[in-house]
Amino acid sequence: MKAMIRVVLPQHLQTLARVGSEVTLQLDRPVTQRAILDALEAQCPVLRGAIRDYATGKRRAFIRFFACEEDLSHESPDAPLPEAVATGAEPFLIVGALAGG
Amino acid sequence: MSGVRVLVGTRKGAFVLMADGSRKTWDVSGPHFGGWEVYHVKGSPVDPNRIYASQSSSWFGQIIQRSSDGGKTWEVPGGEKMPEPTDPPGSVSNKFVYDTSAGTGRPLTTHQWYDGTQHPWEFKRVWHLEPSLSDPDIVYAGVEDAALFRSTDGGRSWHELAGLRGHGSGPQWAPGAGGLCLHTILLDPANRNRMYVAISSAGAFRTDDGAKTWKPINRGLHSQYIPDPDAEIGHCVHRIAMHRSRPNVLFMQKHWDVMRTENAGDSWREVSGNLPTDFGFVIEVHAHEPDTIYVVPIKSDSEHYPPDGKLRVYRSRSGGHEWEALTNGLPQRDCYVNVLRDAMAVDALDPCGVYFGTTGGQVYASADAGNTWEPIVRDLPAVLSVEVQTLR
Repeated sequence: MKAMIRVVLPQHLQTLARVGSEVTLQLDRPVTQRAILDALEAQCPVLRGAIRDYATGKRRAFIRFFACEEDLSHESPDAPLPEAVATGAEPFLIVGALAGG
Repeated sequence: MSGVRVLVGTRKGAFVLMADGSRKTWDVSGPHFGGWEVYHVKGSPVDPNRIYASQSSSWFGQIIQRSSDGGKTWEVPGGEKMPEPTDPPGSVSNKFVYDTSAGTGRPLTTHQWYDGTQHPWEFKRVWHLEPSLSDPDIVYAGVEDAALFRSTDGGRSWHELAGLRGHGSGPQWAPGAGGLCLHTILLDPANRNRMYVAISSAGAFRTDDGAKTWKPINRGLHSQYIPDPDAEIGHCVHRIAMHRSRPNVLFMQKHWDVMRTENAGDSWREVSGNLPTDFGFVIEVHAHEPDTIYVVPIKSDSEHYPPDGKLRVYRSRSGGHEWEALTNGLPQRDCYVNVLRDAMAVDALDPCGVYFGTTGGQVYASADAGNTWEPIVRDLPAVLSVEVQTLR
């Protein structure tokens, strides 16, 4: 049975992808950052390059990943995410770092 | 009925300003892409409804936007779907990756950093978009860190023209205050194989073989801020302008010095003449008078505002040397804005219209070749670029 994942996007990426604040994804387990981002980009191709750098494939410097009140930005992209994210009880938050502007 | 469309890129979005040929009453639309930096917006000379915009953000990277209806609606070309297996390799929207492939690319060098050490090449944003003179689906992009890219499918995919970076002088290229940016692209209307680019701070380059190979064209430039003031590479060229009827004659605003060449950049001579300061960013040529040029002198080092708090456009009707201040309608006290390198343009009506935007958010227009000025808008975000389309 596939996991139902809730992903919350920052406002500018909602506008870019023409979606609401929360995007729902169906994923096989284990649910990881990489699996979520691959599925998100497949569903919203315009987000390719906006979260992960094209050249390196890594999280862009001013993007953070939060879930279950934890900062998961520096976790391995292939590490399983908390069960509450995998069950959809808690969303996976993609956040623009607070960096002025 | 003729008209004018002014395309304005700002720190917080793009704006489209429209007027009929009288250029008296303006309709303002925007912000488009609000909250994003829009370094440049430019329309195709072949199809005026085709407009490209460079939208970027330190958070979310580089987005290319395209309009097919004169800026009313926008789309990210190629952003609507994942590439199909049958699509050509590299058919990925917004992907600007330096070409290091064996077939067409060049190994990435390092470039010089501010402190003189070497620094890795990193893509940051598109500074300038230059649509082709003959095909609305072909567009060139000048990027930071400096390189030249081209799209032949309407901005859907981008490929580096690696011959420029492959010139071999990359380790001597250094960033200016705004970064290591390729900010000027001039296409020769008389010779489709000839193109000019300018890079801060490397200098000007020319190709005569359709961007396969490039040569630096900086002889005659003199810059005290590099170890050898007359070096082939290292000059901080701010902007180059050309009149399409005379493509071998170029005018340059350098980081100090206004320059002119009559031989496609093989040699330059200074034409700063009686300017109050020969530092500035913009330079533009009158649409109908190839020897009438405009600059906005700016005080430097690092102040980067008009001398004496007076915003003055200077016009030369003799291709340089002799300059007159144009002040009618421009603030002549307490003005401390800047006019950035891509923020001046002309229309092709008669009399020629001249437009420029400031970091204070004003866009000024003159419908009489600079004799008098009026603000179209006063309170936009800081203006990064101004382009004009003449609609007939």
